[in-house]
Amino acid sequence: MSEIPGDLKFLKSHEWARVEDNGLVRVGISDHAQSALGDLVYVELPEIGASVQAGNGAAVVESVKAASDIYSPVSGEVVEVNEALADKPETINEDAYGDGWIFVVRISNRDELNELLDADAYAEVIENEDH
Amino acid sequence: MTEKTVLNATHRALGARMVDFGGWDMPINYGSQIEEHHVVRRDAGMFDVSHMTVIDLHGTRAREFLRHLLANSVDKLKVQGKALYSCMLNEQGGVIDDLIVYFFDEQHFRLVVNASTREKDLAWIELQAKAFGVEVKERPDFAMIAVQGPNARDKVMGLLHEVDRERIRKLGKFAAAAAQGPHGMPLFIARTGYTGEDGFEIIVPEEHTVALWEALAAAGVAPAGLGARDTLRLEAGMNLYGQDMDETVSPWEANLGWTIALDEGRDFIGRKVLEAQKADGVKRVMVGLVLDEKGVLRHGQKVLTANGEGEILSGSFAPTLNKAVAFARIPAGEPGDVRVDIRGREVPVRLVKYPFVRDGKACEGI
Repeated sequence: MSEIPGDLKFLKSHEWARVEDNGLVRVGISDHAQSALGDLVYVELPEIGASVQAGNGAAVVESVKAASDIYSPVSGEVVEVNEALADKPETINEDAYGDGWIFVVRISNRDELNELLDADAYAEVIENEDH
Repeated sequence: MTEKTVLNATHRALGARMVDFGGWDMPINYGSQIEEHHVVRRDAGMFDVSHMTVIDLHGTRAREFLRHLLANSVDKLKVQGKALYSCMLNEQGGVIDDLIVYFFDEQHFRLVVNASTREKDLAWIELQAKAFGVEVKERPDFAMIAVQGPNARDKVMGLLHEVDRERIRKLGKFAAAAAQGPHGMPLFIARTGYTGEDGFEIIVPEEHTVALWEALAAAGVAPAGLGARDTLRLEAGMNLYGQDMDETVSPWEANLGWTIALDEGRDFIGRKVLEAQKADGVKRVMVGLVLDEKGVLRHGQKVLTANGEGEILSGSFAPTLNKAVAFARIPAGEPGDVRVDIRGREVPVRLVKYPFVRDGKACEGI
């Protein structure tokens, strides 16, 4: 299990959010999640300009085993998607917290960030899951 | 209560991701399911299939009993060690299970049946065996390792006692024989499998299983999980019980017609219904599907045809083909343009003859 970067915020459902210098929020899934899903073979990305709601499905990742909804940690407008995942979905397996990001949201309500888990609280969630 | 095979600690030591599989704690992968799939197509991989149920049948009327129990004809087994794939049907012609039967001698046959169906199979077989005075004996003292891939047989050969090698090398497909493995351990080696590759399924006494696994690993056979086993068998066009057929499905509706022997004068269970279905034709057929665009076909997705709706049975991303394939059961008749409903989107798919992959290569037209 790789280290959980301290600058990330999480949903219990294993999505991460990173607030960038320009105020946009980058979203991906945790290393724990990619490991549990196994080899990813397809990512259904949201449309640029689509509006997403915190806690609602915004993308789908498919591993060999199963399809999983990816929930947006925050509400707002999708301003960028990781097109590289179309040809290389396995990037999420290889680098879940870096090159394996999925989409970027222009957040509409910054208060939502306070409702997300910090890295320590998320580490506790996955610890409890393993028992 | 979760059951464990004798290799459970070995899988965990290898870092396997374990899952519950029909009540058994089994390895789904040891890291990458796709890499494990490829190693079986290109070299050699091994699967712990000890959860499967081995049943020995003893009695002077054992063959006569199997003539009655199985939809395929046990009379095809004439030579010691030969194996036969068959369905075991209920009176309505539905599939109770699919299995392999091995011929030892006229007093002794061996069945290998699925793990998930163990209890109902044993109950059914015991019930039917009474009238024939055949003894039904489960063999939990055996474990089983499947070694599969183009180099699988060579790698196993090096572990066998010298006196056995030539004989096992000459073993034909769907035949089995006894041989001595590492340290003289007694093995029952069958040239069968569930991957579309050459190889062996080896039945081994439980106490020797870990040593055999380790010897195979040392010979360069890579551990592979049940995840890879599932994509390999789907590419190879092989049915999975419970997903592709069950007691509500006739073999005709599961593309298993080739396993039904309507030989003269053999009164097997389900025969009357199968004959009627053959005469009238069945309303549903099983077909192969290929998705050429991005996406994954999955069990339970709706299939749309000119004759109405069908359903995906087994469906997955196929690593050898780098696209999704599936089995589907659809209404009989010319289906027209076939589409699959993936999360509310109708996606066109191609109807194909399968297997999708054989001996490491995509089949023609896939």
